[in-house]
Amino acid sequence: MKRVLVTILALALVVGLMAGCSAGAKGGELNWNIGSAGPKTIDPGLCGASDGGDVINNTFEGLIREKSGVVQPGIAKTWETSADGKTVTFNLRKSKWSDGSDLTAHDFVYAWLRAMNPDTASEYAWLWHYTNVVGAEDYVDGVGGPEGVGIKAVDDYTFEVKLSDPTDYFVSLMSFYTFMPVKQSSVEAAGGEEGLWATIPELAVSNGPFVLTAYTIGDGLRLEANPNYWNKKEVGLSAINGKFIDDSNTAYQAYQAGELDFIPDVPTAEVPRLIAEDPNFYVFPLLGTYYYNFNMDLEIWSDVRVRRAMAMAIDREVICETLAAGQVPAGGFIPPGFLDDQGRDFFETAGMYGLATDDSKVAEAQALLAEAGYPNGEGFPEFVMMYNTSEGHQTVAELMQEMFKTNLGITCTLENQEWAVFQDTRTQGNYELSRGGWLTDFMDPSGMLGIFKNLDVAYNDPNYYNPEFEAALNEASSATTPKAHFDALYRAQDIFMNDMPIIPVYHYSDTMLVSDKVVGWDRSVLGSVDFSTATVSD
Amino acid sequence: MGKYFLKRFAAAILTILLIATITFFMMHSIPGGPFTRERPVPDSIMVRLNEKYHLDDPVFIQYLDYMKGLVTLDLGPSFSIIGKDVIDLIKGGFPTSAKIGLMATVLIIILGIPFGIISALKQNKPIDYFVMFMATLGVTVPSFVIATLIIYVFAGLLGWLPTYGLQNPLGYIGPVVALSGYSLSFVTRLTRSSMLEVLRQDYIRTARANGIKEIVVMGKHAVRNALIPVITYVGPMVAAILTGSFVIERIFALPGMGGYFVESITNRDYTTIMGITVFYAAFYIIMILLVDVAYALVDPRIRFEKGAK
Repeated sequence: MKRVLVTILALALVVGLMAGCSAGAKGGELNWNIGSAGPKTIDPGLCGASDGGDVINNTFEGLIREKSGVVQPGIAKTWETSADGKTVTFNLRKSKWSDGSDLTAHDFVYAWLRAMNPDTASEYAWLWHYTNVVGAEDYVDGVGGPEGVGIKAVDDYTFEVKLSDPTDYFVSLMSFYTFMPVKQSSVEAAGGEEGLWATIPELAVSNGPFVLTAYTIGDGLRLEANPNYWNKKEVGLSAINGKFIDDSNTAYQAYQAGELDFIPDVPTAEVPRLIAEDPNFYVFPLLGTYYYNFNMDLEIWSDVRVRRAMAMAIDREVICETLAAGQVPAGGFIPPGFLDDQGRDFFETAGMYGLATDDSKVAEAQALLAEAGYPNGEGFPEFVMMYNTSEGHQTVAELMQEMFKTNLGITCTLENQEWAVFQDTRTQGNYELSRGGWLTDFMDPSGMLGIFKNLDVAYNDPNYYNPEFEAALNEASSATTPKAHFDALYRAQDIFMNDMPIIPVYHYSDTMLVSDKVVGWDRSVLGSVDFSTATVSD
Repeated sequence: MGKYFLKRFAAAILTILLIATITFFMMHSIPGGPFTRERPVPDSIMVRLNEKYHLDDPVFIQYLDYMKGLVTLDLGPSFSIIGKDVIDLIKGGFPTSAKIGLMATVLIIILGIPFGIISALKQNKPIDYFVMFMATLGVTVPSFVIATLIIYVFAGLLGWLPTYGLQNPLGYIGPVVALSGYSLSFVTRLTRSSMLEVLRQDYIRTARANGIKEIVVMGKHAVRNALIPVITYVGPMVAAILTGSFVIERIFALPGMGGYFVESITNRDYTTIMGITVFYAAFYIIMILLVDVAYALVDPRIRFEKGAK
């Protein structure tokens, strides 16, 4: 009996030691819900959605890495901008692909030209328009060829980019997936244009903290620590099990049962309680705005006093409290999170443009409407508010409908359309007042305001045009100093809000529920999760 | 017999082609397309995308191309999972859906029919009331409620089952139960009412009057005839259940094909809409054919050709 006990004790000790070793060496495995039925693609050059972006941010690395708004060196050790601001030179570190081969500046040239190539047909090719890279837009549009694009590998470890205008935010863009390197031999091995290689473990060569080792459509994927990652000593996790669970109730139950450690979506009904009680629930501002478009081509909205009165008449705090997921009432179009040349938040500095977060401007709104010839809303034509079918959009529309009715005495009816139908309707301008939303992909307000620049921009749903606004945006993009850049942007938003072609409603938020076992994780301001330094404790 | 099946087979092919045609033109007539995005893709890229997927051809030419492909079982590339063909999506998802569906079908048959028979034989007794109460519940409570409850109670509170997936064999229990709930209840009710109907028939009285043992009366005469409406229901049900349920697969996060039925339409994923519809239609028609064969086996009054005994 004693012998048995001793054996058991000895065994327990060995097992304990082994367990201790494995936990000590690496930070364990993370069970993460990617939060959709599966990304459309995880090829950096083709990706255009946040679920794919979250995966790519952990399997690849661009010239820089951005965490919580701080730009850190990535594959580029250092970079310099020429005196005229039109040449950016990146000095790459010596690093390797996950298959052990060398990663050089030529890989960036290949990846960038591939992403621009119209034959690749990347849905995100529009982004090149905002980079100001010489010749990039022409190549995307099929006007010019790759030879006209101003990028080159000066040598194996020097990557040079020529810009048409000084572009303050250019370097911060480099953390985005479209600009990440891809390995030519992998891409061309299987369905290069389709990005199939990125989901086949044998071909999915990457250069980030993790590398793909399994992928099942509709089920999930597995990432393991990349032994050839240049900064592997900082990597804490040995593996990540990514799941494609689309149903937030299921994911939430799995989280509570300890089967998942990190989930991006929780059931809407749980949000208020989680915000109040659970320190593991995180709410982040997202760089985006939820708004309503006035169809500026219509007579009914021709008077700016009417547009302004409507923008003043809604109680944004009530809307945000009803949605209860950390949304921020919007006074302008630029969300919180952009710092200007003096380090001030653009959103706070710009102010509210005479709008209110609550109902304190209702009297003023009524006066404006009366001045426009519709005292108490009398004689104002009935109109239709249109949104795409969704519970959340419906809630907002109903609240706004009610506020227009009680605060201004004007009547509207609601109409919803299925998403794809709605987008067609909106693009064609077959609406009076329609929902809009915009999330930006880079750290400069010009990406937000730019969508209303002129009538050539496909996203300009209200069909708004003011030459002064366009001139201010042009001035911002060619400004040689950060101060001139931001002065022009502040002026642009002033003009825009003075014209009020939209009703800003709120700024988006992003939520996450993360077990306290997980430490060291991070997130980019643009919304991609970053597990490069995360660990999981037992 | 052979001639009969040949005729049925020809009719089946024609039906599938007709379904494919109607679906094709209906789908192209709804607004929006596979590349409709919040951020419209640049015109040059749109041109390439349309070229690549031959969406720049006139719809009728696209239709002919599609039908040509269909004959050779080439269902084309998916628009929403780039790099994959529709046939790969079906091959990937169908085994999971079919496994769950098959288990549910077995459960429905081995529980639903006996419950219905017992209920009929013990009409207006407590056991009948109990079974009918459960069956009413099963028909009225939607599957997503059952699924969510199972996850909440058995996975969440009690921790007996995994919350999602099929890695653990216990993971099958939730989806199978949730998927079979409605049909199980329906089959029970159907068997019961059909059984009651048969028990009132003259030939049952005659059989009993002839002194045939009750068990033979029930087994040989009553149950066999009572099963005919059940078979009529179960055939198409198998087609529906084996091709997966959007709701169940989403809630339990299963890699089946049920999701494609809904997602492909939302995404205007033309080729997937077509592939899934044709696959389902073919499966459905085969099941109806099997139902006809089953009739002949169960019901001595039905034969395929006149004169055949």
